[in-house]
Amino acid sequence: MSVLPYLVAGWIFLVGVYGMATSRDLVHAVGCLSVTQSSTYVLLLAVGYRKGGSAPVFSDIEPGSRPVVDPVVQALALTDVVVGATVTALLLALVVQIAKRHGTTDPDALSELKG
Amino acid sequence: MDRLLPLIVVVPLLGAALLAGAGRRMPRPVAETTGCLCAAASAGLAVAALAGGPHVVWSGDWRPVDGHGVGIVLTGDRTGTGLAALTSLLVVTVLAYAWRYFDEPPRGHAGAFPALILLFQAGMCGFALTGDLFNAFVFFELMGVVGYALTGYRVEEARPVQGALAFGFVNSLGGYATLLGIALLYARTGELGMAQAGRELDAAGRHDALVLASFVLILTGLLVKAAAVPFHFWLPDAHAVAPTPVCMLLSGVMVEMGVYGAARVYVTVFAGPGGVPAEDFRRALTVLGLLTALTGAALCWQQRHLKRLLAFSTVAHTGLFLAGLAALEPEGVTGVFLYVLGHAGAKAALFACTGALLDRYGGVDEHRLHGRAREMRGVGALYAAGGLALAGLPPFGTALGKALAEEQAGWLTALYVVVSAVTGGAVLRAAARVFLGAGPREEDDCGAPETTGDQEEPETDRRVRRLPSLMATVAALLLAGSLAVGLVPALARAAAGAAHAFTDHAGYAATVLDGTHAAPGAGHPYAWWSLTGVGLGLLSALLATGLAALGVRGAVPARRWAAPLRRLHSGHVGDYVAWTAAGIGLLSALVLWPGG
Repeated sequence: MSVLPYLVAGWIFLVGVYGMATSRDLVHAVGCLSVTQSSTYVLLLAVGYRKGGSAPVFSDIEPGSRPVVDPVVQALALTDVVVGATVTALLLALVVQIAKRHGTTDPDALSELKG
Repeated sequence: MDRLLPLIVVVPLLGAALLAGAGRRMPRPVAETTGCLCAAASAGLAVAALAGGPHVVWSGDWRPVDGHGVGIVLTGDRTGTGLAALTSLLVVTVLAYAWRYFDEPPRGHAGAFPALILLFQAGMCGFALTGDLFNAFVFFELMGVVGYALTGYRVEEARPVQGALAFGFVNSLGGYATLLGIALLYARTGELGMAQAGRELDAAGRHDALVLASFVLILTGLLVKAAAVPFHFWLPDAHAVAPTPVCMLLSGVMVEMGVYGAARVYVTVFAGPGGVPAEDFRRALTVLGLLTALTGAALCWQQRHLKRLLAFSTVAHTGLFLAGLAALEPEGVTGVFLYVLGHAGAKAALFACTGALLDRYGGVDEHRLHGRAREMRGVGALYAAGGLALAGLPPFGTALGKALAEEQAGWLTALYVVVSAVTGGAVLRAAARVFLGAGPREEDDCGAPETTGDQEEPETDRRVRRLPSLMATVAALLLAGSLAVGLVPALARAAAGAAHAFTDHAGYAATVLDGTHAAPGAGHPYAWWSLTGVGLGLLSALLATGLAALGVRGAVPARRWAAPLRRLHSGHVGDYVAWTAAGIGLLSALVLWPGG
């Protein structure tokens, strides 16, 4: 089993965090949060992968006749996608509202809550 | 009863769906009554489940075969059902408090606010009851997302959306870290159930980097929810701007859910020989708890925005909970359970009183309100009583919990006394200034990095002339609840039983997988008030009163040395994300520390 997918997942997570930390625009930051979340998809699918395995659909193959990849992590990844869509939609709605109230989406210009 | 356990989560979910769908056509009283009824039904179920138990429900009856399986389990042990009951009861009081609260919930949709609160309740109850790691993540995100929506409920205003956004970024990032950890654990054990994963780890018996990494990542998300330093930055921003009823839930139970999750995951999954050594967990939680308690207390004293002051006191008390849970001794855990119960009542009551100030005077700034609330004697008395409860005055439940935790804490006892005295003192100082007009008026210091409380919008349509009696009643009831925790021995006995089961790694797995039920905690000895405990409680209450008296006269100069700490709370999303990433590093270092 190659370690490459695990390294890729870690890399994607860190890139997303870096993007959020240095972001100059909240829409971009929400995008970076989605990037961070993509690392969980990569990791989940990497965990369930089996060499030579096919998709876990048993309509045309006999159960047990050939290796299939783990269907559990695919179900998790699907649920994860739903969660991610909800979070992204809600945060973008908040950003739209911030743009309306403050007239900017630059996090450096938002400094009402401090101390 | 076993079959009814899922209803604790399902009833509020269905109620929320009904209110969201039909809320447009409902008159407001109908929508609010429906919300209250659903929450109360769920509370009744949780209390009934608490009386029996432990309950284990495999959804769809997909039971594990030979300890392996893909079924999802709900585990209603004493701790889980107890938290669900606390959450549901608090939700009922919050819905009562919010009765006719907002002028007009989104125009023409009376069901929106109760629906969101019910969803929030479902998320928290589900998180408390689940015995499955992935489900815990889903419920974590559910309560997170509803929490962001509720924080930013008044979307037409500038501040709430900003606080909700910070809340959303930091919590979602923490949630994804948790999911990464869960995936790594699944890679090692092939199980998602907490009990099964724990058994697999024990069977493997290897203590390696993969297990450590998954432990640190899972804990990250839970500690973000628990607002442990340096993951806490979202909390004051969200609490300062959320509607008051939402603040009561956020501070009263949601933050404590994070503490519960961290301890539960450690005990059920990682506490065995194949997991993370107990001393590593103890070191991590003690250090984080110490940092959190001190930071929270220092910043609590600095605030003039009353909601933000209470928010930082929540941070401080969460630190005490973390430190109390670190050793996972049943006696100390009993103390923390009672502390959480007492704290939920006291803190929710304080937020309720603050909400009354906001609606009467249109602001929550300690300096602007100086002496203006003299006519609200009843609320003032409740507010001061809440402050004394936070400080740990016997016989409040907070004091009993604190006393029991202190007995196990060793040198950390000093931390408990000082932190509860400072947070209680800050509340008493605010009470003396606002309700009695004590001390000189403070001048505004324009250069200091601080959030004033005079830009908050009242949450009722017009300033209330007389306080609705319902609001004051709710606050008084909550305080009475906090008092009852310290006065009813049955609660202490139940908490001791729950704590014994909670700290038992093998016992949890046996309950879930083998169906063996330990005798429900009747045989456990339980501690009650001791002379030392009462003495330390009186000491911290006395210290708090003294601090408040000095603080009113401005004799506690703290602005200068606290300025660097306050500047760190910049309100900048990017900074908070960077701190969260740094926190993952700190947590890893604490777990990996050599010489443990």
